[in-house]
Amino acid sequence: MKSALNGKTIAGLSIMGFFVLIAIIGSWIAPYDPSAMSSDIMTPPSGAHWFGTTQTGQDIFSQVLVGARGVLVVGLVAGAIATVLSVLIGVTAGFLGGVADEFLSALSNIFLVVPALPLIIIVTSFLPDAGDFLIAFVISATGWAWGARILRAQTLSLRQRDYVEAARATGERTWRLIVFEVLPNLTAIIASSFVGTVIFAVLSVITLSFIGVASVSNWNWGTILFWAQNAQALAQGAWWWFIPAGLCIALLGTALALINFGIDEYVNPRLRTSAGGSKVKMRVGFTPVLRQEGGRS
Amino acid sequence: MTGEVVLAARGVTKHFPVARKGRQVLTRQPRAVHAVDDVSFDLRRGHVTALVGESGSGKSTVARLLAQLYPLTSGDIVLNDVPTKVKRGKSFRAYCKQVQMIFQDPFASLNPVHTIRYHLTRALRVHHGRVKGEELEKGLASLLERVNLTPPERFLDKYPHELSGGQRQRVAIARALGADPTVLLADEPVSMLDVSIRLGVLNLLRDLKERLHLAILYITHDIASARYFADTTMVMYAGQVIEGGDSETVTQEPAHPYTQLLIRSAPDPERAHNGVPTVTTAPGEPPSLISPPPGCRFAPRCPYAAEKCRTATPPRFDLGESHYAACWLYDSKTTDEHPRRDTVEVGA
Repeated sequence: MKSALNGKTIAGLSIMGFFVLIAIIGSWIAPYDPSAMSSDIMTPPSGAHWFGTTQTGQDIFSQVLVGARGVLVVGLVAGAIATVLSVLIGVTAGFLGGVADEFLSALSNIFLVVPALPLIIIVTSFLPDAGDFLIAFVISATGWAWGARILRAQTLSLRQRDYVEAARATGERTWRLIVFEVLPNLTAIIASSFVGTVIFAVLSVITLSFIGVASVSNWNWGTILFWAQNAQALAQGAWWWFIPAGLCIALLGTALALINFGIDEYVNPRLRTSAGGSKVKMRVGFTPVLRQEGGRS
Repeated sequence: MTGEVVLAARGVTKHFPVARKGRQVLTRQPRAVHAVDDVSFDLRRGHVTALVGESGSGKSTVARLLAQLYPLTSGDIVLNDVPTKVKRGKSFRAYCKQVQMIFQDPFASLNPVHTIRYHLTRALRVHHGRVKGEELEKGLASLLERVNLTPPERFLDKYPHELSGGQRQRVAIARALGADPTVLLADEPVSMLDVSIRLGVLNLLRDLKERLHLAILYITHDIASARYFADTTMVMYAGQVIEGGDSETVTQEPAHPYTQLLIRSAPDPERAHNGVPTVTTAPGEPPSLISPPPGCRFAPRCPYAAEKCRTATPPRFDLGESHYAACWLYDSKTTDEHPRRDTVEVGA
């Protein structure tokens, strides 16, 4: 695991770490109650209100700080649940093969074509006070299938490897073969699919809040955009209302994408060896060849 | 011969089903690759048996069948005089405590994410319960010392990619020894190694055989190494054993036309020097194992093939002490003058 960190990964991880910190302490360090109205209506950014205020005098800086938690909680919880589901289903299908594989593959194919957003809208509109966790569950239920397919394909390839067969010949049980021989070789893919699902979940929850499906009294970045849209912030020239939240979304997406790049480079074993401490560069055509004049007699 | 028989194959047969495509699903009978057909032999303690054959002759399949990694199509695997058929679980563990396998490719048979310590610890724990602490360290060190990887602490915490091919193969052998087996199935243990370290690994195996009184099945495509290393040699062609006997006889006085050609095909500086024209051509290639030819499977390429060879499968004919060949040329009933190997000699 050493030296998997390069510039991209470090940048991604530090932005991500910053947002996680905000998500944890945001509601304590917020200078105002995000829902509290005041007489400062539609003021541009100032010393009192760093990101300005809304039409009802709410402090946007506080809204952004408080809103980070909802986004990250839904993203990480949904990512975690979806990853667990995809590992369970994908690796089992790939390793067992046969009827079990057929069944589990059919299952993931069905979930693959379920349209995520409409389903989430329907579910959340049936359950009016849908909290963050319910939304995370619904997003993960629709988002695990891709990961499962990728993991199944890779497991199919790994279970034929000699080292799995050799471990079997040593007398290892099937569950140990899966957990200790195959799974460690899938970590990079699992991590990458986790990050991918987190991006998907973050965008989904923001979309839901933006179109006003999720409860609008729960602050998150999508909710800010929802109110900005409702109040026609752009037409009124209140750029400070939607740009901070939009930038935060873009930055979070960038951070996750950067982490994903880092993992991708780590997956590739060729990049892995060159990153390991000593920098040895192989040259093509390095093998010495003895040439005799006139060739062999 | 020395030592009692520990593991024996009795008419071992393996057919792999072939997927049918398109119309074949409706019309054809289920087809199968006849990978191994009716193979029988004994493995004795303190005795190396070589199985020689070209790629695709089914020799690796034989090893995996004996390791019970594949189920048999028919026949029996007899362990200590008891026919054994195991699938998974306890009985499989009990079986592989006795019979361990060494894989061909040391670059693939060790998991890249685990250290040598992990591999060997698992081998010990699977078969000897939860060994811990001092006892475990001692066990690991003695395993590595047995395969001449000393000092052990230099190797225990390395990852496979930090070791050379020969070292990895030694680790793979140590891992197999972790179970304290009586039988080692070595599937081309040196074919992926550099020529300069092959001999070292073969000598190590021979040494282990003598010290631990192991029965070894040595699978190879190199008949010269079989002569060097093995007491008994069997030759496989297209899934069948066509000749067998003690290594010296099989390699020096080969009886079956295929064995003769196989030995001729090995480069021999003496022969080239004497200017003897080496007529070693057997046109064609090994038959399709999906629909093997009736009769002798070598008949389509055999320079001596007679009508009978193309219709009837030759049984084993004994050619003196423990030497046998499955070839109609040695059927004393059909030929009066008994064309022994001297008259059959190729290209002489």
